[in-house]
Amino acid sequence: MSAKKTGGKNDLGMDLLDGVEKGNVRAIARMISLAEAAKPESRPALAEIFRRAGNAHVIGITGVPGSGKSTLVDVLAKAMRASGRRVGIVAIDPSSPFSGGAILGDRVRMTELTGDDGVFIRSMATRGALGGLARSSLEAVDVLDAAGFDLILIETVGVGQDEVDVVQAAHTVVVISAPGLGDEIQAIKAGILEIADIHVVSKCDRADSNATITDLKGMLTLGVRAMDMHEGGWRVPVVPTSAETVEGIDDLLAAIDGHGRHLADSGGLEERRRQILEMRVLKTAEDIIRKDFRDRRDKLSGLMDRVRDRSMDPHEAALKLLDRINED
Amino acid sequence: MNEEPDVIRVLLAKVGLDGHDRGIKVVARVLRDAGMDVVYTGLHRTPGEVVQAAVQEDVDVLGVSLLSGAHMTIIPDILDQLKETGAADIRVVVGGVMPDGDVDALKEMGVAEVLLQDTPPDAIVATLRRVVARRGPR
Ligand SMILES: Nc1nc2c(ncn2[C@@H]2O[C@H](COP(=O)(O)OP(=O)(O)OP(=O)(O)O)[C@@H](O)[C@H]2O)c(=O)[nH]1
Ligand SMILES: [Mg+2]
Repeated sequence: MSAKKTGGKNDLGMDLLDGVEKGNVRAIARMISLAEAAKPESRPALAEIFRRAGNAHVIGITGVPGSGKSTLVDVLAKAMRASGRRVGIVAIDPSSPFSGGAILGDRVRMTELTGDDGVFIRSMATRGALGGLARSSLEAVDVLDAAGFDLILIETVGVGQDEVDVVQAAHTVVVISAPGLGDEIQAIKAGILEIADIHVVSKCDRADSNATITDLKGMLTLGVRAMDMHEGGWRVPVVPTSAETVEGIDDLLAAIDGHGRHLADSGGLEERRRQILEMRVLKTAEDIIRKDFRDRRDKLSGLMDRVRDRSMDPHEAALKLLDRINED
Repeated sequence: MNEEPDVIRVLLAKVGLDGHDRGIKVVARVLRDAGMDVVYTGLHRTPGEVVQAAVQEDVDVLGVSLLSGAHMTIIPDILDQLKETGAADIRVVVGGVMPDGDVDALKEMGVAEVLLQDTPPDAIVATLRRVVARRGPR
């Protein structure tokens, strides 16, 4: 199975569609690579994947580095498997801004899941400088969805706008806080706390976790995200967990399933799906513009000269840039 | 629209019971600094786990490091399992310590390259790039 071009121009990956649908690991893996490579020849295959997706419950998991996301995903996915469902995992780590390369280490913690065909784990890099994190990782989610995984977990690092975007592309967002990393709660997460549908305080086997739970609950009562901002008045729970003792893992799974049911019953699911798709269209448009801008920097220099001597303002130049994209 | 150059994906695994992960972490950093995406899976992996991870991650190169002397049984096992999964295009590079005769035997079996201990970083990067170039686009 090589996904080679077989004659036609835009059929890259077409030969993988059947395999993806049947849950063939190799086909799923190749298709995700095609999503990541973003070649124009694979657009029709990815469009077909999109058509077949839309059934999975997608759960975003975020939190500062070291808060215990991967370890939690490991035990949580195991609990999900015990309930008879198939689990896809997309684990995202940052690319180096210097080389563009990345060390993707989340798998090191996911040792409970090896050898289980009902779990598919894929690591992806943010490729920060090139943009497009949201697009390619959400297309990876589409592939897993089309392959029939019931639950899909996206692990991202809770820093950076791209990553906030990608967890917001989930139906259920879980934000993890860990004891001992307290200061970050106020600082970095100012924006992240508000997007949580479920809060987890991890490592609750540690003595200092009670303070974190109290802090967090305090912050939530003062919090900016009022209850009515959540679809149909969902109460955001705070779930203490320990990956070590497995305490709270069943509670977390119950909260995730509960949120899924709540969305379905309240009509919130349709609303969320609409928001997610809107964001994806917008993000993809941004990607296309950015890429076009990079690829055609030379041809745009005339335009840029006029902005530089202030005979044209950036707004007009941007409109001209969009015109040119549409001409091709 | 032009395409981005394909980023080389590598999975590094340490198979067998032997010790620490300092060496393999250094290699991971070297490869990242050369612009590659490196999936690191930790210590004490079994051949089955390594193959499952390499296939799911759809890497170009599977780098297996081992010092235990069990390479003549572990590596053929990995190559067989890759073939069974229809993933023989994932190139296997072995790192470790072994006699010349074993190097030749492993290459005979289908290992793309063997990097003996103390291979300098530049040579590791160059070797992986060559292995992927030789395979060609997929
Ligand atoms: N005591 C205790 N330690 C934990 C628990 N869960 C995770 N840890 C430790 O916390 C550290 C970080 O865990 P990870 O799961 O790698 O955290 P992460 O959030 O995925 O980290 P990044 O992906 O690097 O952002 C590791 O040393 C874990 O062993 C837990 O439940 N209890
Ligand atoms: Mg992690």
